Amino acid sequence: MCLSIPSKVVKISDDETMCTVDTMGVQRDANLMMMEDGDVSIGDYVLLHIGFVMNKIDEGEAMSSIDTYKEILEHMNEEDRKQAILEDDECEARGEKYAEEINT
Amino acid sequence: MEELQLKNLYDNFRDGDTIKAFAKIIAEDAKKLQKPINIMEVCGGHTHTIMKFGLPQLLPKNVNFIHGPGCPVCIMPKERIDHAYVLSMQENVILVTLGDMIKVPGSNGSLQDARAKGADVRFVYSPMECIKIAQDNSDKTVIFFAIGFETTTPMTAVLVEQVIKSKISNILFHINHVTVPEVMVELIDSRDVHVDSYNNEIDAFLGPSHVSVIAGSKIYDKFPKDYGRPVVVTGFEPVDAMEGISMIVKQFVEKRCELEVQYKRVVNHDGNLKAQDLINTYFEKMSLFRWRGLGNVPDSGLKLKDEYEKYDAEKIYKSVLPIAEIEDHKLCICGDILRGMAKPQECTIFGTACKPTTPIGSCMVSSEGACAAYYKYGNLI
Repeated sequence: MCLSIPSKVVKISDDETMCTVDTMGVQRDANLMMMEDGDVSIGDYVLLHIGFVMNKIDEGEAMSSIDTYKEILEHMNEEDRKQAILEDDECEARGEKYAEEINT
Repeated sequence: MEELQLKNLYDNFRDGDTIKAFAKIIAEDAKKLQKPINIMEVCGGHTHTIMKFGLPQLLPKNVNFIHGPGCPVCIMPKERIDHAYVLSMQENVILVTLGDMIKVPGSNGSLQDARAKGADVRFVYSPMECIKIAQDNSDKTVIFFAIGFETTTPMTAVLVEQVIKSKISNILFHINHVTVPEVMVELIDSRDVHVDSYNNEIDAFLGPSHVSVIAGSKIYDKFPKDYGRPVVVTGFEPVDAMEGISMIVKQFVEKRCELEVQYKRVVNHDGNLKAQDLINTYFEKMSLFRWRGLGNVPDSGLKLKDEYEKYDAEKIYKSVLPIAEIEDHKLCICGDILRGMAKPQECTIFGTACKPTTPIGSCMVSSEGACAAYYKYGNLI
């Protein structure tokens, strides 16, 4: 019921009451009467709910979240790599001792 | 910083690796919890995300969900569904409502049934479609049966404004808009009263996404302050939900009790002020609104202000509208589910007599209801 669709504004009507938005390739009209005049511009990302633009999406905040997620993943990948190396080092079936065992 | 693309707003907030990364962070932090915590996701949108993406399976055993009452279709009491049905049966009336209401059964049947009996019921994507319907049917009265939380209320207000400004004489309103903070208070207070009967304390709230876009995070200021419950306003995508849960767990580990916003890309403290102005111009609080499964909740419903009563279908058709309160089926435990006392699978008619195609209880009628989500996504918890 309260779901909303992120979309990009591609056109604004002359009286600024309506706009056309792109939602992943699908274009549709959306009402701008819940937004202050001049608040929405072409190229803005907005949230759409039952035919209305309900607010703008803050690009800086969205990118900041995305960058944080990337950092978390990189950090975790690094942790995973370190863990794999550690496990590899501690594995008994490795190294010179193991080589001696299989040669004898 | 790279430039934001539309696909980032979809893909990056549904990324499986990021979801798993947050699951790891939560699992690590949860080891430091002194007792298990119960998080209520107030909104049906969150319930849907949590079940669809199987998030409970990714969480440690000491982090639990309580599914809240945040689906405006589910909480509509039968007598108000009956209002819609009765209005649709009036002569020269076209009843218009959002698609979510199609299947909801009242005591005489659903609006779909009313349509099968010849009533002119129309389901629309946007309330503004009422204007075209009214223009095309000037000899009939169009009644917009308005439902929804703060998210959807300002759209009805825009329609009211257009009807008044454009002097459209054949559109009336039946208002069923409800508000979130009041029912959150009710859920906490009712636990305090019936402390022995509730096995699940609500320790924290995952705050609704789009209610907060309109109303701002300020509506939850009192929960950490006066009720000792942290609130994290969280987006609807699965990465959002996992990050929001992680933020709640961290608050408990660090012994903080705060209002935080995870969904910063669209939610701020003040919200959409123009939308709030529209709501305040045309609507005022009802002293009581009866929630299906929960009973009367003070100040939780809205109605048209008295000065706009000539647009109020509830007043104009008062003589034909039923007033008696109608209780749910006695085997239905939706009230307990909405309060977080029971899970859907504990209901004896869940998945047997009560299914999405033949819903008996409120939580099965909408896809955002807890029972419908459990039914659809395989009873994962």
